[in-house]
Amino acid sequence: MIATVEIAPMGRLRAGRRWKDRAFTAFLWACAFLAMVPLVLISVYVVSRGWHALSVNFFTKEPAGPLDPSAGGIAQSFVGTGLIVGMATLFSVPLGILTAIYLAEYGRGRFAGAVRLIAEVLLSTPSIVAGVFIWSLVVVAMGTFSALAAALALTVLMWPVIARAAEEILRLVPQELREGALALGVPRWRVILRVVVPTAGAGILTAIMLAVARGLGETAPILLTALGNDFINTNPLQPTDAVPLRVFADARTPVAALHELAWGGALMLLVAVLGLSIAARAVSSRQQKRMT
Amino acid sequence: MRRVEVADLSAWYGPKKVLHEVNVVAEPRKVTAIIGPSGCGKSTLIRCMNRMHEEVRGARVRGKVLFDGMDIYSPDVDPVDVRRRIGMVFQRANPFPTMSVFENAVAGMQLGGRFSRSELKVRAEGALRAAGLWEEVKDGLDEPGARLSGGQQQRLCIARALAVEPEVLLMDEPASALDPASTLRIEELIEELKRSFTVVIVTHNMQQAARISDWTLFMLYGEVVEFGPTSKMFTRPDEKRTEDYITGRFG
Amino acid sequence: MFAGWTGAVALGLVGLLALLLAELIVGGWRTFDRFGLGFFLGRAWNPVRGREAFGALPFIFGTLVTSAVAVALAVPVAVGLALLLNEVRGFVRAPLASFVDVLAAIPSVVYGLWGLFVLKPFLDRHIEPFMTSTIGTVPVAGALFRGNPNGPDLFTAGVILAIMILPIVTAVTREVVAVVPRELREGALALGATRYESIRMAVLPYARSGIVGATMLGLGRALGETIAVSMIVGNVPRIGASLFEPGATIPSWIASSFREATSVGLHRSALMALAVVLVIVAFVLAALSRLLVRRTASLVSGETPGAAETEIPKVTR
Repeated sequence: MIATVEIAPMGRLRAGRRWKDRAFTAFLWACAFLAMVPLVLISVYVVSRGWHALSVNFFTKEPAGPLDPSAGGIAQSFVGTGLIVGMATLFSVPLGILTAIYLAEYGRGRFAGAVRLIAEVLLSTPSIVAGVFIWSLVVVAMGTFSALAAALALTVLMWPVIARAAEEILRLVPQELREGALALGVPRWRVILRVVVPTAGAGILTAIMLAVARGLGETAPILLTALGNDFINTNPLQPTDAVPLRVFADARTPVAALHELAWGGALMLLVAVLGLSIAARAVSSRQQKRMT
Repeated sequence: MRRVEVADLSAWYGPKKVLHEVNVVAEPRKVTAIIGPSGCGKSTLIRCMNRMHEEVRGARVRGKVLFDGMDIYSPDVDPVDVRRRIGMVFQRANPFPTMSVFENAVAGMQLGGRFSRSELKVRAEGALRAAGLWEEVKDGLDEPGARLSGGQQQRLCIARALAVEPEVLLMDEPASALDPASTLRIEELIEELKRSFTVVIVTHNMQQAARISDWTLFMLYGEVVEFGPTSKMFTRPDEKRTEDYITGRFG
Repeated sequence: MFAGWTGAVALGLVGLLALLLAELIVGGWRTFDRFGLGFFLGRAWNPVRGREAFGALPFIFGTLVTSAVAVALAVPVAVGLALLLNEVRGFVRAPLASFVDVLAAIPSVVYGLWGLFVLKPFLDRHIEPFMTSTIGTVPVAGALFRGNPNGPDLFTAGVILAIMILPIVTAVTREVVAVVPRELREGALALGATRYESIRMAVLPYARSGIVGATMLGLGRALGETIAVSMIVGNVPRIGASLFEPGATIPSWIASSFREATSVGLHRSALMALAVVLVIVAFVLAALSRLLVRRTASLVSGETPGAAETEIPKVTR
């Protein structure tokens, strides 16, 4: 049998061990603090400095030229972002959702596995690579930078995002629902379009919102494809401005008034992107409650 | 001494109260069994006896657990210290899968301080012998602990707890996942262990409680129905509900 | 019919990846063909006709250095944060977790703007001179921290990248830490382990390969990040010991020279060759990372035999 040797009385954990435990706990909280600092600082700076830029001119005017840059705005960037992201959404939503339907409803075996893997691989593609791809494939071939090219570059990024996220959502739709409809003699494709997709509706919306949020903030791929423009352009085949491009360009000038416009643009981007992510979260949590 | 006394102990998981003012005493060098149907709070009670209960998210406790007269829930007591003196064996054997048999056996004692290799060997052998596992593993001490059979793994976990040299051993259904032969080994082991330890065991198997324990606590819906000497509980219980449960008319 | 359509679109996604790789490799081929290994080892970058020289070494160097700084700074914080999120209970947990997610949603140009106007001046004025006068005096390794604190530099770019990859590294580490079974933690605690000891005994050994995987994923993100780095790093092809001097990364160099390369065949090809290098490294890192993370899950589930459920009720909040 085990002989019981002297044991420290209760309540006296050896000092070294306790110290280590406390130091470790302190380290964990320090990590949380360190992670919070940039978030807080970025929000504070973007809001406080961007706030001043917001004026009627900011939203309605094109850049005013070197003599009085503060009189100008970035209207062309808003129009361009709308045009580019709008087209990209138009392309990537049907593609993404059809891919998701294939993966969730029809896909079996190796091919579906390969498609899923490729979606993952595309998700890990650095965004500038999508830019270089479309730059070479479309811009060089067409002989011009254009909103269309930018929309295609964003489609390369948004298609797999929607496909993977929507697939997850479709898989959550209870199997009984499909079987119930199939048992009524409804063809499978109608069951999917009339029953499965509407049931997953809010979740699919979430997937789309997240993809759009990503598209709105992307800079590198549209830099290589849309180039930028000082004037409002609505022709998809012409070089076009966008809010992130304008922030990028203005920040690198030595002109203080343009820096202010850049902060203003950053504020709009932050509000739009965070707004979309938060809304997406709210929608998806409500959806989850409904389905379970 | 090594007497564990639970006094007016209540416990919660989040808003749900799972123990209602429980009172029980585990006498030194005796086996105290806690029985009752699933969900009656017996696991919670035993986990409260070495402050493991609080490791579950949202868990809360009120009342006292006195260890030789000292409240283990008093604010100046460190739960780590409590657990070194009141060891625990779980329902599901949980040896550390990346460690060898030997490393598993000494995992706990190495936390307490530095030991020489030879000292570790002596203590590991002692603990493995006490857990009745030595003969089976002495030639494979460097094998992964996860490669042992289920019953051996459970005895390895007992050895691991013994190597820390606790004064009380809590066992939460230690044999429920084992085959009959392994269960027998564990029961024989408990007989041995009670010579030097205070043993508290949770079991859903009444025959097991009757075979191995000196005292029995019967619980229902988080409350103590009856607590008394095992011989009396299983022959002429005071409470009708105890009799119903023991004779199988219930739950 | 409908099934065929969806299948065709799914096939389209496969085609997209194939087309992307083919376009880049075909585009970059001229450069690989003409310069061979010299493309990877050369230091000169000259697009002037007749004197063309395209060497990627300074960009490979800059990419590795900024990413290494980012990983070195972000991984310890991310692991700490992931462990904390696994430990803490109650009201801090959910907001803390969503704050980290918010960090992931901030567009990279916003990071760049903030880095350029806020972080860079701060590091230039306070941190970099301090580092020069302290660790900069250490022989050999100190050379990393000597140099002109003012102006764009690799270190600042690394710090911004660290902030940007923090959320993804934290998220993957959390996933890995969460699969460690509770029984193992409890086994350690019941032996009288402190919280720290229980993490070291029963969490880190299983999470280790997953944490390496998370690090690789973060590294992949850092390597490919373009705009924020491009605004801060200086875009100067340079190889040197000091972290406080400017440099250029593969993406930042593509972003700053694509415009003049658009109409010049060989220059364009050289940029595409850079993109090929980037995409291959990113894919390899992503694949390795997934492999390692998956190994963690199988290590934990495969080696502990499944038995009866524990009786403790799972608390739902």
